[in-house]
Amino acid sequence: MSVDGSTGLARASVAELARLLAAKEVSAVDLATLFLGRIDAHRDLNAFLDVRPEATLAQARDADRRRAAGETGPLLGVPLAHKDIFVTRDWASTAASRMLKGYMSPFDATVVEQLAAAGMVCLGKVNCDEFAMGSSNENSAYGPVLNPWDKGAVPGGSSGGSSAAVAARIAPVATATDTGGSIREPAAFTGITGTKPTYGRPSRWGMIAFASSLDTAGLMTVSAEDAAIVLSAMMGFDPRDSTSVDRPPEDCTRDLQRPVKGLRIGVPKEFFGPGLSPDVEQSVRAALDVYRGLGAELVEISLPNAALGIPVYYVVAPAECSSNLSRFDGVRYGHRASEYRDLEDMISRSRAEGLGPEPKRRILIGTYVLSHGYYDAYYLKAQQVRRLIADEFRRAFETCDVIAGPVTSTVAFGFGEKAADPVSMYLADLYTVPGSLAGIPSMSIPCGFGDKGRPVGLQLMADYFQEARMLGAAHQYQLATDWHRQVPAGF
Amino acid sequence: MPLEIDDVARMAQLARIRISDDEASRTLAQLNDIFAMIEQMRAVDTEGIEPMNHPLGGHQRLREDLVTEHDRREAAMRNAPEHQDGLFLVPRVIE
Repeated sequence: MSVDGSTGLARASVAELARLLAAKEVSAVDLATLFLGRIDAHRDLNAFLDVRPEATLAQARDADRRRAAGETGPLLGVPLAHKDIFVTRDWASTAASRMLKGYMSPFDATVVEQLAAAGMVCLGKVNCDEFAMGSSNENSAYGPVLNPWDKGAVPGGSSGGSSAAVAARIAPVATATDTGGSIREPAAFTGITGTKPTYGRPSRWGMIAFASSLDTAGLMTVSAEDAAIVLSAMMGFDPRDSTSVDRPPEDCTRDLQRPVKGLRIGVPKEFFGPGLSPDVEQSVRAALDVYRGLGAELVEISLPNAALGIPVYYVVAPAECSSNLSRFDGVRYGHRASEYRDLEDMISRSRAEGLGPEPKRRILIGTYVLSHGYYDAYYLKAQQVRRLIADEFRRAFETCDVIAGPVTSTVAFGFGEKAADPVSMYLADLYTVPGSLAGIPSMSIPCGFGDKGRPVGLQLMADYFQEARMLGAAHQYQLATDWHRQVPAGF
Repeated sequence: MPLEIDDVARMAQLARIRISDDEASRTLAQLNDIFAMIEQMRAVDTEGIEPMNHPLGGHQRLREDLVTEHDRREAAMRNAPEHQDGLFLVPRVIE
């Protein structure tokens, strides 16, 4: 593709940037400078929490030196942003919480390390909901991120900084994390490609923990092809993560050119119930028609227990969160209250001041469901229903290769619309939570625009370890459509 | 079974989060909404279903009991609110 001027360069895909870097038409320093300039020009989005141009340019110069020394590779010199859930040595790591304001990690997360080893250049850290808890980015202690398509709309959450940065093309790629929908929902709300691989495939080491049996690292990209290229560098067994899957890394690009003719696409009828907005349904059904036109076969499937995903999730995730966030006590790191009577008062005040309302709410729920006398009724019960949901997916994948449906029931909502009512906010993740509970790979790809011109996402899900197949099906759709090439006005 | 204000206070105490009476009553209403939503799940028949604690099953992997970490005391102490001579300082616990 011809890339004219800096706007064209900012809109280039990872694959295109790789070609330009290999041909020495641009350098890593050129790209880093370009994107740092765009980040600065669009500070009103509040997408970035920490930008340190000197650290970025040092990495870019290093990438250029590596290339000059003969090294090649599709990611060498390509810039990216990291969600502020991944710890980094050279940028503060706060999880968008006041608790960790200014925290400098003594080490890099495994994913950060892997992508740096592949030559990617870090542009800085992006905003998110505090400790990745939220669906709108309104829970960040550092203010919400704006949706580049409509600054009155939320960018989704929790990975709202990641989604807004890629949608605004102020970063070509961003890492993200998904616990119940935190990659797919913001990707859908901002018209980009968001990919959550199989649980346990990318390492959780150095991801600030929220719910350890669900937390999964993934990506925000412009296209499925880009996701496949970058994800291939984030796989592999990590002995430092006790739930890391012991499987060799794999080439996630291998099915990109595979035609979808004959692909069996399962369509869960429960995902098209009365709660689904007509505008979203129309775009999603049109996307299914595109697949049919490409020769895929649509198969109706049923996931009757998927609707229980939200209640199950709001037992399992808060239980694990209450345990994980107990580490924040104001002793070894994090916020410490300035006035206190004794040790216990110091801890209680530090946590009261350092944590925002949503983490507190979830810690209290988690404490309750794990407390004496309630464990069996809530936590154990939730784990049992979780298995029923996962078993339904297993059965569904006996009759189909991938599952497709909506990501969210509506397009992006406005600021403040759901903030006062936690349950309505939680329901934003109705269609994404079941896949998280099962731990299967899933993604969101843009498939049109709904009410107020806001983007709509199509969700694809696949069986365990079938991310290459899923990304291939997404890429074939993107070859036939150009929704993923749409860029919001002014960017 | 709705929660009472005492339940919220007890959870906050167990979780070591100081909470004002005002905050507790606001939180109570929200928690009761959330638990009403959670109730749907409790009606499901799960007789004989094995709880799922990890999406891919398997056992907790253990490593050899060996010293593997480098001494990174200084780097680890850098974020401590108060420290002295390589130790984390807290208010006096033993008189």
